[in-house]
Amino acid sequence: MEIKSRNFYNEILTEHNMHPDYKHELENADLRLEGVNPNCGDDIWLELKLDGDVIVDGAYTGDGCAISQASADIMLGLIIGKTREEALGLSDIFTRMIKGEASDEEIDSLEEASALRDIAHMPARVKCAVLGWHTLDELLGLE
Amino acid sequence: MDISRIRNDFPLLMKEPTAYLDNAATSQKPDCVIEAEKSFYVNHNANTLRGFYPLSMEATEIYENARKTVRDFIGAPSDKEIIFTRNATESINLVAYSYGLTNIGRGDEIVVSIAEHHSNMLPWQMVARVKGAGLKYLECEKDGSFTDEAIDEAITERTKLVAFTHVSNVLGLCNDIGKVIRRAHDCGAVCVIDASQSIPHMKIDVGENDADFLVFSGHKLLGPMGIGVLYGKEKLLDKMPPFLTGGEMIDSVRRDGATYAALPHKFEAGTVNAAGAAGLAQAMRYIEEVGYDCIRKRDEELTARALKGMKDIDHVNILGSPSYKDHNGIITFTVDDVHPHDVSAVLEADGVDVRAGHHCAQPLLEHLGVRSATRASIMFYNTGDEIDRFVRSLATVRERLGYR
Repeated sequence: MEIKSRNFYNEILTEHNMHPDYKHELENADLRLEGVNPNCGDDIWLELKLDGDVIVDGAYTGDGCAISQASADIMLGLIIGKTREEALGLSDIFTRMIKGEASDEEIDSLEEASALRDIAHMPARVKCAVLGWHTLDELLGLE
Repeated sequence: MDISRIRNDFPLLMKEPTAYLDNAATSQKPDCVIEAEKSFYVNHNANTLRGFYPLSMEATEIYENARKTVRDFIGAPSDKEIIFTRNATESINLVAYSYGLTNIGRGDEIVVSIAEHHSNMLPWQMVARVKGAGLKYLECEKDGSFTDEAIDEAITERTKLVAFTHVSNVLGLCNDIGKVIRRAHDCGAVCVIDASQSIPHMKIDVGENDADFLVFSGHKLLGPMGIGVLYGKEKLLDKMPPFLTGGEMIDSVRRDGATYAALPHKFEAGTVNAAGAAGLAQAMRYIEEVGYDCIRKRDEELTARALKGMKDIDHVNILGSPSYKDHNGIITFTVDDVHPHDVSAVLEADGVDVRAGHHCAQPLLEHLGVRSATRASIMFYNTGDEIDRFVRSLATVRERLGYR
């Protein structure tokens, strides 16, 4: 039986992993929270700056696999400039996309984050992909 | 060694297309082991030791014969020195709770090598904490070796117990346990040897190495999961209090106390894993049939092939010794800029199963200055083609992660 090689590390993922836009510390962050996947060691600190209800800036630092780091970077690009509610809405869509429950229209609204849709077929990596988003939910007081 | 005949003995290898290179975590099982365990339940199942009917006596005989097989396999003088446990972890905990809590006190020192798996570290942290004893680490060199100076400095007259691994589960390096045991004995201490990673690859003789306690799991040695061994010197085991109490480990019980059974049953409370013991004994017979000389030759051939291929790949760094003779089937490595979970994901996508993470040896990795790493571990039933597939896939990792 031949083994079919797959490559799920698409260019969007590898670019965000190698050249992240938001991987740095944020001065004067209003909210700061650590997210950890204890079984694999992925670890991020998510920081946000808010103006009223709007996320005006954000950043992360951390260590982990390409999927966890790239997903957090892509997430920040998507949520900066959005309101809390909009950000939580995107998080909800992302989580459902990973479970294979989001519509194509919804997935389109995730822009670059839609590059992670195939993670739905890789149960071992789901936790990596959602680490940033779960930390965001917790930070914005959803959980 | 006729490798295709050998592989035929392992049903999983025959049906599973991936190259299984996570043997240091658990080995695959030959048919004869699976059959031995099954046969116990199909033909001889009854509770051991207590029944006077033939079936129970058969079950007892199988279980006690398995103990004799283990005794001979590791060169122990007596059946009484072979205690069946669930695994190496339980064996070490037995020694820690029974011997450690009884014989180690305030002001005493426990010496643990930095190369230990967490299972030969955490029980000793517990004993030190509970008894107010000191816990000292025996540090290794970059290649994982221990210098005479480091051994002599760490183990002193204050030392009561030394916990030391025979083969590191990260570096694969075989330690000179004889030297550490001699030093421990000179200082009046006892030595607990973790043979979990050595016994699948080399002959162990407790008469020769003079270990006070030696532990291993069956499942890394082609045996079933849930059966492990504690070897202990009779004079030590005899004086130790039971670890677990309850059924099957007593001579008589009164309202106000009990008289415990003699060795080895004193340490085997509750219904035992007789089928697992039968499986482990069969695994040992299988290993003997293959022969440690053949196993060693095969380990070295495959390791040399892997190391040669890996050395040609830029940005791949091998932990431990550069020599194929020093790995006992274990090759742990890092790839520059790439997290081990991504390395293992790429390998997995190409049909190669390896382990990524801290390998239950966080203090060792920290000592070596590595956060986490990927480990490929080889058994004699692996093939040159599997090694080549691993090396070919590894060569593509950085590129697939976007690094040019």
